[in-house]
Amino acid sequence: MATPTLDKVSSPGQDAGHLVTVTFRIRRFNPEVSAEASWQDFEIRIDPKERVLDALHQIKWEDDGTLTFRRSCAHGICGSDAMRINGRNRLACKTLIKDITEIKDGVATKPILVEAIKGLTVLKDLVVDMEPFFQAYRDVMPFLITKGNEPTRERLQSAEDRERFDDTTKCILCAACTSSCPVFWNDGQYFGPAAIVNAHRFIFDSRDEGGEQRLEILNDRDGVWRCRTTFNCTDACPRGIEVTKAIQEVKKALITRRF
Amino acid sequence: MQIHKYDTVIVGAGGAGMRAAIESTKRSRTAVLTKLYPTRSHTGAAQGGMAAALANVEEDNWEWHTFDTVKGGDYLVDQDAAEILAKEAIDSVLDLEKMGLPFNRTPEGRIDQRRFGGHSRNHGEAPVRRSCYAADRTGHMILQTLYQNCVKEGVEFFNEFYVLDLLLNEVDGVRKTAGVVAYELATGELHIFQAKAVVFASGGNGKFYKVSSNAHTLTGDGQAAAWRRGLPLEDMEFFQFHPTGIWKMGILLTEGARGEGGILRNKDGERFMEKYAPVMKDLASRDVVSRSIYTEIREGRGCGPDGDHVYLDLTHLPPEQLDAKLPDITEFARTYLGIEPYTDPIPIQPTAHYAMGGIPTNVEGEVLANNTDIIPGLYAAGEVACVSVHGANRLGTNSLLDINVFGRRAGIAAAEYAATADFVDLPENPEQFVATEVERMRESTGTERVSVIRRELQETMDKNAMVFRTEETLKEAVEDIAALRERYKNVSVQDKGKRFNTDLLEALELGNLLELAEVLAVSALARKESRGGHYREDYPDRDDVNFMRHTMAYREVDADGNESIRLDYKPVVVTRYQPMERKY
Repeated sequence: MATPTLDKVSSPGQDAGHLVTVTFRIRRFNPEVSAEASWQDFEIRIDPKERVLDALHQIKWEDDGTLTFRRSCAHGICGSDAMRINGRNRLACKTLIKDITEIKDGVATKPILVEAIKGLTVLKDLVVDMEPFFQAYRDVMPFLITKGNEPTRERLQSAEDRERFDDTTKCILCAACTSSCPVFWNDGQYFGPAAIVNAHRFIFDSRDEGGEQRLEILNDRDGVWRCRTTFNCTDACPRGIEVTKAIQEVKKALITRRF
Repeated sequence: MQIHKYDTVIVGAGGAGMRAAIESTKRSRTAVLTKLYPTRSHTGAAQGGMAAALANVEEDNWEWHTFDTVKGGDYLVDQDAAEILAKEAIDSVLDLEKMGLPFNRTPEGRIDQRRFGGHSRNHGEAPVRRSCYAADRTGHMILQTLYQNCVKEGVEFFNEFYVLDLLLNEVDGVRKTAGVVAYELATGELHIFQAKAVVFASGGNGKFYKVSSNAHTLTGDGQAAAWRRGLPLEDMEFFQFHPTGIWKMGILLTEGARGEGGILRNKDGERFMEKYAPVMKDLASRDVVSRSIYTEIREGRGCGPDGDHVYLDLTHLPPEQLDAKLPDITEFARTYLGIEPYTDPIPIQPTAHYAMGGIPTNVEGEVLANNTDIIPGLYAAGEVACVSVHGANRLGTNSLLDINVFGRRAGIAAAEYAATADFVDLPENPEQFVATEVERMRESTGTERVSVIRRELQETMDKNAMVFRTEETLKEAVEDIAALRERYKNVSVQDKGKRFNTDLLEALELGNLLELAEVLAVSALARKESRGGHYREDYPDRDDVNFMRHTMAYREVDADGNESIRLDYKPVVVTRYQPMERKY
């Protein structure tokens, strides 16, 4: 006897009663084909408990193989599939279809809009150039800086000191925050929320001794002062990081030089 | 086509690749080629922790850790390698802390530790707190910390470069490493990287199963590249099924949940692991727990209308403990199942998780061409490799450890080799294999679809080569895979372009999965015993007389170009532990 396979419900053709009709309206762009971007509709039958990523796969695998997007882990930890879904930045793998659409008589009442995140150059369909984003990250010296001799065992850190920067250690560098920021859209030079979050992660780590250097970098004209606290970044973060709060804490540290 | 020249090339930027890169960049001119941006690697999905006998919270030592690793691996572990793993674990964790990793802390400010499956005090007496952790996102923290330190060290990355071929060339009758061939995803251009030393750290191959905790991108690219160049693959029949994947989705819910006190229950609410593992209970090794779950399901004690899953019960744990220690997995339950873990048990089933087998190496990370000889200049570390520290079943928290210990070793060894070795001449037309494959795929007018063949592969693997196996099911798997490989020759892609052609990429990945699935099934069919993750219902006992040895599979091609798999075996290295009956 073989291993019991447990996929009865999700097997194709079975339990079709779960399926609803949804139109995905996807922003397509491929400079090999056309210099202009355009919207394309795909109508599919899918279980509304599935993820938007599952829908994109279904379209790519069964209908149009040219549809292009990044993805890897498919459960919100690798940060590959940030995209703009119904006008809001989300991870496609953490967004269930049922949570963003209204179903009436087995049909979604409105199409689901999917497009690339904003503020970074679109290379093809939902794929953007991530290089400027990672450059801003690298610019804030995102690594522990210490002076003096290393201890033989671990550095000690109290549970409270560890808790101080816990929120900003959750960042998966998906760019959902940075590409939701109106300042970043209008000014390509701004470091953007993600870089500041990662600076915060070290500035408030009791083991780190590079806080002053990092604060000087963020004190730059393209640094932390460009933030206008619109809270878009906090709303966009798929990890639930209080991004705007972290940025405010960095601003405060710049004024008081206490952190 | 572009040609690059580096002393050391590392393939893959997960934990093992970046740990290697931090070492080799200090010692040699190094390039890291990675299919994904480094922080996208699946190391980031690891949750529960990294084992090391720090003894921060209770008595522990590396010898106990070695024993647990050997026993956990059902005595197929090479004991010299396990000893290195357990000894170097301690510095490995401390190194990560010094690099900045934010471990959870004890009240005294030391690295906190918790229980994990199969890790015990004094050779199986009772569970021990050995797993060093950062909430339930230890892998995420390791991946971020290693990337941060790569930024610090100025490691040179080639992101979204997909390595498709390994270049070897004969020098005075010895096959040596010459470099690799990569496909640049953004442009479709081919790149030759000539290198003195190459380190494969490209991860696992768990996407040939349907219910899998593995990322879509874990398609065994490194194993397949080595395989196609005639290098052996070791112990591929040993694949780990993690007991607690989210029902039907396969998303991992850490064993740390049981380490924190979570309990597995059947439809009667019974804590069934007490029957199967009286001492370690829910914290028995993963192979034991996965088989127990399926035994419950088969005997009609599964949950839900179809009786096809069991529950992971966390409801007796205080919400504060769940928030502090298991925040991510409780959120997964809320996001994907709409379940509140404070009050409701979580439906789970075993999920394909980890390849114990892979490219055989010695403890320096040098790749073996057979039972004794190495390929000079070629290294492998992490899930792609088989040292073998995991034997027939890996213990939880030993993979994050493996990538750090053996990633570091491979990085140092590769760079030191590159410091004295000469470049090996590239073979003639080095890009030929990849160029032909890519062109064939792009221009094919075949009628088969990648997604259909992949789904059928996953279905036969889940049905026939998962937790329970028999002669009959494995033969069916071998036949199915052979038929799918024939159909694969007739596959075509819709995207004919050069730019970010992920349609083409998926087709090439499927080719790798098919080849490796066949190695798994053929190796499993020949192993007429049950050991660790390989359970044969027709041979339910371990057979140390005939099978306490590693499988070494080789790809053979005859004069007419017909492929076959030849199986050979390699002795297990035994130092201090003679095989005993395995009870938890």
